[in-house]
Amino acid sequence: MDTILFLAHTEADGTLAKPALEALGSAVDLTKSLAGSLVVGLYGSAVQPAANSLANCGAQKFFAVEGETFAQARYSTDAAACEAIARASAATIVIAAGTSRNARVMAGVAHRLAGVVDTHVTSVAAATGSVQATRWFYRQRIEGSLTRTGRPWILLLDPGNHAAWTGVAGSVTLEMIGVAVPESLCRTTVTGFVTPPADQQTIRPDADLLFVAGAGWTKKQKDGQPHVPEAETLILDFLKNAKASLGSSKSLVDLSGENQAALRFLSHLNQVGQTGASPRHPKGLATCCHGEEPHTVGWRFIGERRAVNLDAGCGWARGKADVLYVADAFEVMSKVNALLAAK
Amino acid sequence: MSNQFHVVVCASVVPDPLQTLEPITGSTGPALKNELMLPAILDPWASHALFEGANLVKKVPGSKLWLVSMAPKAKLQQVMMTVAQKVPLQLVALDGPSGGFVDSHQTAAALAKAVAGIPDLDRSRLLLFGGWESASRSAGVTLQLVGEQLGIADQFQGVDSIKVNDDGSFEVLERVEGARHQVSVCIAPPAVLGWATGSLGEPRNDPQVGMQNMRTIMPSLQKAIAAPISPDGLQYSNVATPKQQRETVIVKDKPTDEIAREIVQWITQE
Repeated sequence: MDTILFLAHTEADGTLAKPALEALGSAVDLTKSLAGSLVVGLYGSAVQPAANSLANCGAQKFFAVEGETFAQARYSTDAAACEAIARASAATIVIAAGTSRNARVMAGVAHRLAGVVDTHVTSVAAATGSVQATRWFYRQRIEGSLTRTGRPWILLLDPGNHAAWTGVAGSVTLEMIGVAVPESLCRTTVTGFVTPPADQQTIRPDADLLFVAGAGWTKKQKDGQPHVPEAETLILDFLKNAKASLGSSKSLVDLSGENQAALRFLSHLNQVGQTGASPRHPKGLATCCHGEEPHTVGWRFIGERRAVNLDAGCGWARGKADVLYVADAFEVMSKVNALLAAK
Repeated sequence: MSNQFHVVVCASVVPDPLQTLEPITGSTGPALKNELMLPAILDPWASHALFEGANLVKKVPGSKLWLVSMAPKAKLQQVMMTVAQKVPLQLVALDGPSGGFVDSHQTAAALAKAVAGIPDLDRSRLLLFGGWESASRSAGVTLQLVGEQLGIADQFQGVDSIKVNDDGSFEVLERVEGARHQVSVCIAPPAVLGWATGSLGEPRNDPQVGMQNMRTIMPSLQKAIAAPISPDGLQYSNVATPKQQRETVIVKDKPTDEIAREIVQWITQE
C-alpha cells in the first residue's frame, strides 16, 4: 500500500498558502485512487496552527519539524527538515506545492532519499493503478505524462492546477521530529526581501486579468514619433483601474535591458512565454504583441483571451485569441481607462 | 588570494527556441522529430549563468571558469563555435543525450562525475553555476542534484544577482513569489547558483577570445567522455503538442468607443 506524504512549509504567519492547499487536494485525491494512506508533514517556525487547520483532511499521522531555524527559506535547513519528515513517514509518494521554497530543495531531498523527483507537475492521477504525472516539456510547448518505478517519488504540483482542499479545522497531535542543526547548515542567512515599490508592483499572480504589453507600445506611431511616456501612463493607469497583472513579450523586456526607449517599469520578471513566466489567469488582454510560436506560449494557461493589434494577421491573436480587435491600442486603452475610471 | 572563485558552469544544448518542435517516439522513448538536424543554442538561462560567471572571474583576480556541457558531440561542437567567442573558458565536454525527455538523475550523475574530475579544481572555492531551469526539461532539478552529489549544502535558485563582499562572503538575490527577490548572504563557497536572467547582456562575439578558446575546446571535444543514459524506470505516455486552436473573431472597422466599451464589459463581467 502506498503512503502519500503531503509535505509543506508554513508561511511567516503560521498558515498554509493556497498552493499548499491545492497540493493537499491532489494528495487527498491520489490517496483515494490508490486506496493508500495519507500523512502530513509540516515544517517552519510554528506549525501547530497549520496542522490544526488540516485536522479533517484524512491524514493518519502528522509529522513536524519546528523551530526558528526553519523559519528561513534556506536550502540547507529546509532540505534537512524535508529529509527527516520523509524518512519518518516512510512515504512512497511525496506531494508538495511548486513554491519557490520547495523548488529550491526537493531535488536535493530526493537524492538524499535515493528517490526521484518531478517538478512543474500539472496533474497526478492513478487511473490504471499506477501513479502518472503530467507536465510540460520544452517550456510549455510539449505536454507529456510519465510514470516512474523509483521510490520515493517526489512531485511538485504547480499552483493553479487543482482545487484547494477545504475542511473544518480541529485539533491535531503532532509527531515532532528533532533535526540537528550544526553550524555547517547555517552558512547562509536570509537577510530580507527586495520588493518593488507599491506603484511599480505590476505582477499580481492572483489578478483576474493578465495584460500583455508588446513591443509595439514603444514603436513610432501615426505621427512618426514614439510615445513611450504616454504608453507608460496608459498601461499603469489600466493596471490600476483593472487590478490587472502585467506581462510582456520577450522583445519588450530585452529593450529595457539594452537601455533602449522602453517602458521603465518592465523587468525580466514581467516576461512571459518561452524564457519567462507561465502565469495562470482567467482572462488575458494582449496589446501590440506580435510574433508566432514560441512567443505565444505566454498565453498557454490563460482562459479567455482577447487582443488589440493593428495587424489583423498577428500571430499572437490568430488561432490563439478568442477576439482580435484591429485597432490602435493607444486610442482603445485611453478610452478603456476612461470607462474604468468612471465605474 | 583567498577570495578567488573556481566557477563551474553546467549548461546544456537546446533547440533554437524559434524552431517548430514535434515529438516522436524513438527507440528509447520520446524524442524530437529531426532532433539532430535542429539548429541548437546553449541553453538560455545557462548562458546567463556563463556570462555572470565570466564577469565574476574577471572581477576577482585568480579565479577560473569552466564550462561543463553534455550533448551529442557534433551538436556541442556546432554550438561551441558561437559560445567560444563570448567569454574565455575551459570546456569539459560530455558526449551524451541532451533532449528534454532524458532522465535528469542520470544526467546529473554524469555531470557531477565530470565536475569532480576537473584537474586543478579547488572544491572549497567552487561556485557551481547553471540555469535554474533548462529550455528542454524545464525542471530545475539537474543542477540541484549535481550540487548534492558534490556535497554542496548551500544552494540558490532563480538567481538574478551575486555581490561579493570584502570578507569573501557573497550576497545572492533569488526570485520568489510576488515579483520579489529573497536576499541571502553565504559566508563562503562552495555553493550552487541556478541563474535566472541576471543583469548582464550577451557579450559581443570576440574572434580573439574565440581563437584562444578553440585551442582548448577542440581537444576537449575530441576526448569528450561518453555518457550513455538509460530510462532507468522512467516511462512516458501521451507526449504531444497541444492541438488547441481557437476560432478567432476578427473585429475590424469598429469605432474605438465601441471596442473600449466591449473590452470593459468583458473585463468586468464575472
